[in-house]
Amino acid sequence: MSVLVNEGTRVVVQGLTGREGSFHASQMVAYGTQVVAGVTPGKGGTLHNDIPVFNTVAEAVKVTKANASLIFVPPPFASDAVLEAIDAGLALAVCITEGVPTLDMVRVAAALRGSGTRLIGPNCPGIISPGKCKMGIMPGQIHKQGNVGVVSRSGTLTYEAVGQLTHLGIGQSTCIGIGGDPIIGTSFLDAIKLFNDDPDTHAIVMIGEIGGNAEQIGAEYIGAHVRKPVVGFIAGQTAPPGRRMGHAGAIISGGAGTAKEKYDVMEKAGIHCIASPADIGQAIAEEMRKPAKA
Amino acid sequence: MNIHEFQGKEIFRKFGVPTPRGEMVTTAEQAKAVAQKLGTPVVVVKAQIHAGGRGKGGGVKLARSADEAEQLASKMLGMTLVTQQTGPAGRLVRRLLVEEGLDIKRELYLSILVDRAAEAPVIMASTAGGMEIEEVAHTNPSAILRETIRPAVGLQPYNVRKLGFGLGLSGESLAALGPFLQSLYRAFIETDASLVEINPLIVTGDGRLIALDSKMNFDDNALYRHKDIAELRDLDEEDPLEVEASKFKLNYIKLDGTVGCMVNGAGLAMATMDIIKLAGGSPANFLDVGGGASAEQVKNAFRILMSDKEVRGVFINVFGGILRCDVLATGVVNAARELNLTMPVVIRMEGTNFEQGRQILRDSGLNLTLADGMKDGADKIVRLAGGAR
Repeated sequence: MSVLVNEGTRVVVQGLTGREGSFHASQMVAYGTQVVAGVTPGKGGTLHNDIPVFNTVAEAVKVTKANASLIFVPPPFASDAVLEAIDAGLALAVCITEGVPTLDMVRVAAALRGSGTRLIGPNCPGIISPGKCKMGIMPGQIHKQGNVGVVSRSGTLTYEAVGQLTHLGIGQSTCIGIGGDPIIGTSFLDAIKLFNDDPDTHAIVMIGEIGGNAEQIGAEYIGAHVRKPVVGFIAGQTAPPGRRMGHAGAIISGGAGTAKEKYDVMEKAGIHCIASPADIGQAIAEEMRKPAKA
Repeated sequence: MNIHEFQGKEIFRKFGVPTPRGEMVTTAEQAKAVAQKLGTPVVVVKAQIHAGGRGKGGGVKLARSADEAEQLASKMLGMTLVTQQTGPAGRLVRRLLVEEGLDIKRELYLSILVDRAAEAPVIMASTAGGMEIEEVAHTNPSAILRETIRPAVGLQPYNVRKLGFGLGLSGESLAALGPFLQSLYRAFIETDASLVEINPLIVTGDGRLIALDSKMNFDDNALYRHKDIAELRDLDEEDPLEVEASKFKLNYIKLDGTVGCMVNGAGLAMATMDIIKLAGGSPANFLDVGGGASAEQVKNAFRILMSDKEVRGVFINVFGGILRCDVLATGVVNAARELNLTMPVVIRMEGTNFEQGRQILRDSGLNLTLADGMKDGADKIVRLAGGAR
């Protein structure tokens, strides 16, 4: 098994005919993902690389039974694209777009509440269940089907972690890049709950970054509810304070969001914390050799 | 993006947020003229730099005459102001704000920002105006009022009442808070600000609310729809190398170590800094060349790293995946040749055509070292460039 995406995922790509959308949709098809539709307003009725294009998401869903949307729409139009995916009743929307204004995401977050849609991103590499469905821009070939769930705020650092796992022969159930923006659809907490409930995910890797407190909230849940082994790394241990966000922002989150602060909470939750990003794969290998916790 | 106090106050006035009367000046003569024009018994002369803590650093002074304003201005213009937030190097004062002195009865704190957890704007207020809010949060967190604004309905009268009574306002000042907050909230939303902070917000003897200070930060991602605000950027207030990097869409932050870093992706870039430190070295910078790491990006990145005199070696850590390593390797070799690069460079790369990429680097005859994985790369560059001083 896996979480959120699998063999049954039917993807509509919003922004299919653009440069990024076009390239990555082809990569996804090559990986074996069912890309059933594209949406580009004004190009409805045409075919793009053999994929039917529609003017609206609603129409694409009606005709092709798409159940998930991947969004490659430029920043000024990205929030509208997510709102359209919510309106079309899709269970999953993944927004790759980098540079979406924060206040646009405030409105999207309000629309997501009470809707049936889960959003991943924006500003993320997407989600992949190796061997089943790749919905994003990650390099498919570095992944391997297996039982480790990976959740991360960063793109290339996720590839680094996955590369280490695969190199050691350890496969992944699902890898979720949740994105690095202040407001995102799926948090560490959401992803960890999903992995915890998935019988085929046997261990979890969480890769955080300095700033905010999403890692701490996820870690507290792990301490209370998760019996699966978890390995954690926080990037930015050596970053100078105060460069990323003003202090007022840090206060709101109940702390400065330093690496130390996060590691402290994670240690307390029983997470196997590592200081070096080169040790992620090795740490999971160690954890998976241990007998399962009661 | 940050702007100056005087620019923030201009935006405040546009939205109807009351500010003291005053003008920005760049010469002592202008300061005298403005003081005369204001005609108040006391005027305030404030240095305009992008950093807080100006008062303690000697960047805010009172003058009791136009002549005194002129004298103070001539001392402050051209001085290097060092505050807690500027670092030891300080900032050169190029502009001053000359404002009327006001009858201050109370000093409050007020700010608006987006709360990540609530996914909504939040107004923070405190009766401890003039104090650093970080300090208040540390010593007396219950003294900070927080009012979350529902984005769909905006600021409502009940929000204002909770804040007004919480701050102990009454009579005229309580009545003034509604219009004041409505104007400020509009300024926040309509400019795509990431932070609006007024510290202090003053209550005058006659019960008026006035923004004595202004700090505004803007969401860089939204600047495309605010050309007028984008124009307020003051490059003099930013690190020259960071300004140069931003021209090429490189995300660069200068640090004080000796190992230059060139990485694709912010998370991996931070992790690379961490592993250099663990290997006993110290990173000279954070540099994210973006997902693509094109030949042009690599060249510009090299140029910027080389202009940092502290850099003794460069560690390139690129996890490409889809990116082709032969293309990256060619970009690195060409840039190194073109720029006459002599310092050691360690390259770790993963991605398509990885073997061809390695061959191109080996055949180049340049001072390039290949690494297997990021730990090996960090160990090698620290050995070549030296450890932390």
